[in-house]
Amino acid sequence: MNFVVEIANMLLGGLAAGMVLFIVSVGLSVTMGLMGFVNLAHGGFAMIGGYVIVLAMNRLGVPFAPALAIGFIVVAAISVVFERLLYSRLYRAPELDQVLFTIGLVFVMIAGVTLVVGPETLPLTLPPSMQGQISLGFMSYRTYSIVLIGVGVVMMLGLWLGFERTRMGAQIRAAVDNRRMAESLGINITQLFTITFAFGSGMAALGGGLGAEFLGLDPQYPLKYLVMFLIVVAVGGLGRITGVFYASLLIGVLDFTLKKYLPQGGTVFIYGLTILLLLWRPQGLFGRAA
Amino acid sequence: MSIVPVNSDNPAAHALAVRHRFRWWEALPWLLALAFYFAFPRYLGFGTELLITILFAISLDLALGYAGIVTLGHAAFFGAGAYTVGMLAKQEIWTEPISGLVIAAAVAGAVGFASGLVLLRTTGLTLLMLTLCTMGLLEETANMAADVTGGFDGLDSLPIKPVFGIFEFNPLYPNTQYLYVLGVLLVSFVFVRMLVYSPFGHSLTGIRENTLRMHAVGAPVRMRLIVCYSISAAIAGIAGALWAQANAYVNLSVLGLDRAATVLIVLVLGGYGRLYGGIIGAIAYMVLSHFLSKAYPTAWQLGLGLLLMAIALFARGGILGMVDDLTRRFKERKAPGSGLP
Repeated sequence: MNFVVEIANMLLGGLAAGMVLFIVSVGLSVTMGLMGFVNLAHGGFAMIGGYVIVLAMNRLGVPFAPALAIGFIVVAAISVVFERLLYSRLYRAPELDQVLFTIGLVFVMIAGVTLVVGPETLPLTLPPSMQGQISLGFMSYRTYSIVLIGVGVVMMLGLWLGFERTRMGAQIRAAVDNRRMAESLGINITQLFTITFAFGSGMAALGGGLGAEFLGLDPQYPLKYLVMFLIVVAVGGLGRITGVFYASLLIGVLDFTLKKYLPQGGTVFIYGLTILLLLWRPQGLFGRAA
Repeated sequence: MSIVPVNSDNPAAHALAVRHRFRWWEALPWLLALAFYFAFPRYLGFGTELLITILFAISLDLALGYAGIVTLGHAAFFGAGAYTVGMLAKQEIWTEPISGLVIAAAVAGAVGFASGLVLLRTTGLTLLMLTLCTMGLLEETANMAADVTGGFDGLDSLPIKPVFGIFEFNPLYPNTQYLYVLGVLLVSFVFVRMLVYSPFGHSLTGIRENTLRMHAVGAPVRMRLIVCYSISAAIAGIAGALWAQANAYVNLSVLGLDRAATVLIVLVLGGYGRLYGGIIGAIAYMVLSHFLSKAYPTAWQLGLGLLLMAIALFARGGILGMVDDLTRRFKERKAPGSGLP
């Protein structure tokens, strides 16, 4: 019985972390798949979202759920401005320029947050209903982790339905698979991309808020987790929602387990596995070969 | 097609035939570096750091600017060199500095060769990720193997023998370090300069500009890239080794994303693929950083970010690219119609 509880502990903790990874990274995967744009500033949008959400709660007394909605809307709006004014100039530019531009943007975001809010870690106080433990029959577990898993599953289902069952989803899938063909069929890629970018950044904001409790929220956030988000996207495959979902859960559970049993060098395995995987399948575990 | 002799009247052929020759102004940076030694004895520590950054940036220029290998993990090789010197010195196995550099270059070059062999099969985002992960792997390994690497704290007070058995490294008065690093930089620079003007260097530029065509003309593209990556790694390793010797310590910062991003910024700021971009970029970056980053860290980061965005959007050639643009415009105004720069 102890053994079962141990494994359940590991799985639940890892899944909760994986859900946050998924919510943050899914937008990055789709926008990278759509435009081939190397967006290293994606974590910055997650950070800004997290700050908006936590500040709305701490300073304005907004409840958790409406604060999440505010974070989503604010970040989506900001990202549209960035996308139209700046990102769109670099779609056809070499990768290096995209890398430089987005690294620059990350620095500006870090400095901006430090100037406006301050360099300290911003604490998130969960609403009382989500604190404490919940009974799962054979064991009890942190309520918030269970909430996160539930939210993640619901979002995954919603995104999947939107992706597979709506006209827009079909357009995105078409554009990811073959952009030129999609364009010549009359799909307005530019508009599609703006909408996807805004939605993806909004999702990242939600992830920033939902994950603030255990990822922490400080100005260095976008650099601290940059590699993690990129690994998820690379493992999951570009532009694949289901791929990113499985990759997030996989890496979430792996990371959680390794941190517990090998606190010294667990990350080595994640880097090593990612290298081996990318050499074996450059398109990622769930991506389709180019 | 006929082969044009060097002293032909065709200005384009002439420009191509003589472009590898040394020009008078190429002695200037070295004279200035010597002048710096006498003029600012109190800033020699800063000067040593600057020279090491230049060497590191030049090594990246070879891979990124000439061969077009977009990497975010070049600090892996800087760190490999630094840790090689650090570990050998700490265990008192090898403390002689110059042969230490050779060992460090060999180790870093071997790491570059091994990782290049597998990494350079990929391009684009995958390559970017793989370089990042390789660096992360080395960083975590160095963190884990605390017995030999000192883990998070690193290795300090490394015993390094005097250069040529005469000139001692003194951490408080880094005169020896400065001249030693300057000498190594000069030798490495001349080597890289020779390399990029050689047929090998030209084939790298060809691969950068049009990989498909280089395949078509029968160039061994992958092998060229791997060799270039290994050489670049070896030079980065020398830079790291110099860093460890000059500071007499080594810690995890030599392997971090920070260092890899900084050297990329330095190179792009100066202008990549231009040989002198690393020098100009390192001077501009280090001087600005030295005076601004400690006094106004946030404003420095904000300014750096805006600068990077501006370079990516408007000035892809960096500082040297802007200078080129200006001189071209100036020349065109003077003699309208003469197309060649």
